[in-house]
Order: sequence, then C-alpha cells, then structure tokens
Amino acid sequence: MSKLRLLVGTRKWAFVLTSDGKRQKWDITGPHFAGWEIYHMKGSPADPDRIYASQCSGWFGQMIQRSNDGGKTWEAVGNKFVYEGTPGTHQWYDGTQHPWEFKRVWHLEPSLKDPDVVYAGVEDAAMFRTDDGGQNWQELAGLRAAKGNLWQPGAGGMGLHTILLDPSNPNRIYIAISAAGAFRTDDAGKTWRPINSGLKSQYQLPDPDAEVGHCVHRIALHPSRPGVLFMQKHWDVMRTDNAGDSWNEVSGNLPTDFGFPIDVHAHEPETIYVVPIKSDSEHYPLDGKLRVYRSRTGGNEWEPLTKGLPQQDCYVNVLRDAMAVDSMDSCGIYFGTTGGQVYGSSDSGDTWTAIVRDLPAVLSVEVQTLK
Amino acid sequence: MIRVVIPAHLRTLARVNGEVQLEVAGPVTQRSVLDALEARFPVLQGTIRDHMTLKRRPFVRFFACEEDLSHEAIDAPLPEAVVYGKEPYLIIGALAGG
Repeated sequence: MSKLRLLVGTRKWAFVLTSDGKRQKWDITGPHFAGWEIYHMKGSPADPDRIYASQCSGWFGQMIQRSNDGGKTWEAVGNKFVYEGTPGTHQWYDGTQHPWEFKRVWHLEPSLKDPDVVYAGVEDAAMFRTDDGGQNWQELAGLRAAKGNLWQPGAGGMGLHTILLDPSNPNRIYIAISAAGAFRTDDAGKTWRPINSGLKSQYQLPDPDAEVGHCVHRIALHPSRPGVLFMQKHWDVMRTDNAGDSWNEVSGNLPTDFGFPIDVHAHEPETIYVVPIKSDSEHYPLDGKLRVYRSRTGGNEWEPLTKGLPQQDCYVNVLRDAMAVDSMDSCGIYFGTTGGQVYGSSDSGDTWTAIVRDLPAVLSVEVQTLK
Repeated sequence: MIRVVIPAHLRTLARVNGEVQLEVAGPVTQRSVLDALEARFPVLQGTIRDHMTLKRRPFVRFFACEEDLSHEAIDAPLPEAVVYGKEPYLIIGALAGG
C-alpha cells in the first residue's frame, strides 16, 4: 500500500508527517532544525528518501540540510551561494542601482532523474544548481542577463520562488520571481527569456504590459502537459497554452483573484486550485471564510470548497509554496496556513480536515507519494 | 588553549556541547580564532562571517572580558585573559529586541 510523507517548513522549524494510503491518521516527527526558518523542503523524485531543506536565520544565514533516510536524520551540506563573476546591480526602491546580495534560498527543486542534482531559487533573485548533492552550488547566471538590471524587489523581497522542470524536455525549465515575472530556458539554463506577454499589472507598473516587473506569485503545470501553465499573479489567475509565449486571464468568477498558491490536480490536468485572499494589503480570506476554489475547466469557472474549513473568523494567509498535491488514485490536496494549520483533503478538495494545528506559521508544504 | 563559546544553534550545527577549545597558531586575534574555529568545524563557514568578504554577519557579536569586540580591528591582539584561557571568547547572536 502506498504511504504519504508531508514535508512542512515553518517560520521556526520543520516537521515531517507520515500516513498510510487512507490519509486519515498522521504521525508527526520534529521539530527539526528548531529555531530556524525552513523556507522549503523537497524530496527527490528519483530517490524519495533523499530530501533537501533550506534552513535560514536572521543571525546565522543560510544552511542547506540533506537527509538520506526520509527525514529521520540530516546533515548540513554546502551553503556557499556566490553570484557568478561580478554580481552587478538591479533596480532599487529609490530608483538607483543596487548590488546583488544573497539573502536566502526560497525554493529547492531536485532533478527528476538524479538525486544529486538540485536547483535552488534564491533572494536576491538568481538560480543555482548543484551536481553533487548540495556540497557545491553554481549560479546559472544567464537568468540575470534576462533584463535583471530592471528587476526591483517588492515588499516581500526579490525571491526566485518557483522552479518547474519540464518532464518531457530536460532542457526546458520555467521559473518565477516576485516582482520580476516568469522566465523560461530552452537550453538547460544557459540562456533565459521573460515569458510575461499577456500579463497586465495596472496600478503596479507604469507600463501594465511591461516585459518584466510583474509580481508572479506562483506557476504550476501538470506533467502530462508541460506546455500548459497556470499562474497566480499578484492579482489575476492566468493560463498559457504555449509554454508562456502568451497568457490569458482565467480569474472568471473568483470572488477575488489575489492569492499566492496555485496547483494542478494529479490526474486531471484541467482541474486547478487557488486560495483567494482579500487583497494585496489585506492578506486574509475574504469575509473571514477560508475557501479553496477549484476549477475543473482550466480556469474561468470556479467553485468554492468549504467543507471542513473554517467559515468564520478566519484571518490566516496561505503562502505560495504551501500547497501540494499527492498522486494517489483519489488525489489528495494539502495546504498550510500562517496560523499554523495544515489542512488536507483526500477527495480532490470536496472535504477537508486539519491534519495538524498550532504549528508556527507554515511557509511550505510538499507531499511525497511513496510506494 | 583558546576557549570559545558559540551560540546554541551553532553548537547544534557543529555537533558540540559546551565550550570549544582551540589551538591557535601565531598571534591570537579575532581573525585567527575564527579561522581556527571554521577550520575545525567547516559547517560553521558562512554562519558567523560572510563567505566571501569574511565580514561579521550583522547580527553576530563578539564579546570577551565583558567588552564588546565586534567593532574592534579583526587583527588586533585579543586580551591576555583570552590568550591564556582564563576567559572565553564569546560569539553571540545579537539581542533580537521584542
């Protein structure tokens, strides 16, 4: 029977939760890395017991932890993230150019094939790669050549938060950066180009159709159709059917189209999930009701999913890396909140239960479906 | 033998309990002590000083003999009490406020 493993990164430490295929009872281990922010943890698709974690601290900086036994034990690996060559500058709040400065790793994306190969998305926005299990990291500097001098941090920092590897084309990778936009490489990371045509950021950018500068919160794809991407932008839910060459809005009947995470059902490529948040200055669910919205039509037509979720006085947020889907026959959906709850659904979102409550603010949730 | 106290989080990373005792070759300065500490515990590289510039991280402080040495010259000799092991060299996570 399959097993599930949830990897939960929080503002103060990490937790690993496991369950059998019924997903009714979860065992929790941790806290791991007590007192450190865990921005993200992710397991290798090629070796699920190989897990990487981004551990950081305002005092002591960045660590990368690696487990070879499914999260039972951990070892620190390389934490040296040095921009290639002369780092150069990017746009700063006051209109001047500001030197690129490494702050933290937001996201770790292990290769689909090789457990020693991992991509790291960092702040200030850049992408790094390791080929030796995290001991050494090299920047894919071609990304910052894609108009990086025009990127400008938003209030949340200029983090590279999403990395999508195309399962059908090892040379194609998509990434997204807060307040810079989405980008694509077709040569395994040597060169990159912005893929933001069709995004509109009125009231956020002087030119609403600018090539870069859009605040993309998350992008997602289904492995069977890697040219179809879904995006939760700062405002607007978007879709592309041509690998990002052009985007169309699919917010449809959402009560608000601001939000952070977006994800795709494991077996239904047209079924997608978002968590609408009131606005960019009020980061909580509309009317205090925590609702996941599901579209079974690839966008535009959305239905609220509320059963088992708090429908009054709920003022949490759900962050961009805090939603994941499993690949069980009946697809499971999971998300964590800034209030420290992790909710799960084992029936594609129809009903929800709180798997765990009272954790620190949840920064990231990943799930592994284990044989 | 130089006695060094490191913060709890760094003791966890280095997998040590209590004080660390270091042999330091040559003049005992903040730089030579930190070099020796990082050589013995490579996992601490980047946690106290920046990897490239070797500057103190902003929220790390260095104390000894009831003095804050954080802004002293990195190559200045440390107090004799530290050199002879009577007093520890303290690496501190700065007060966070709150």
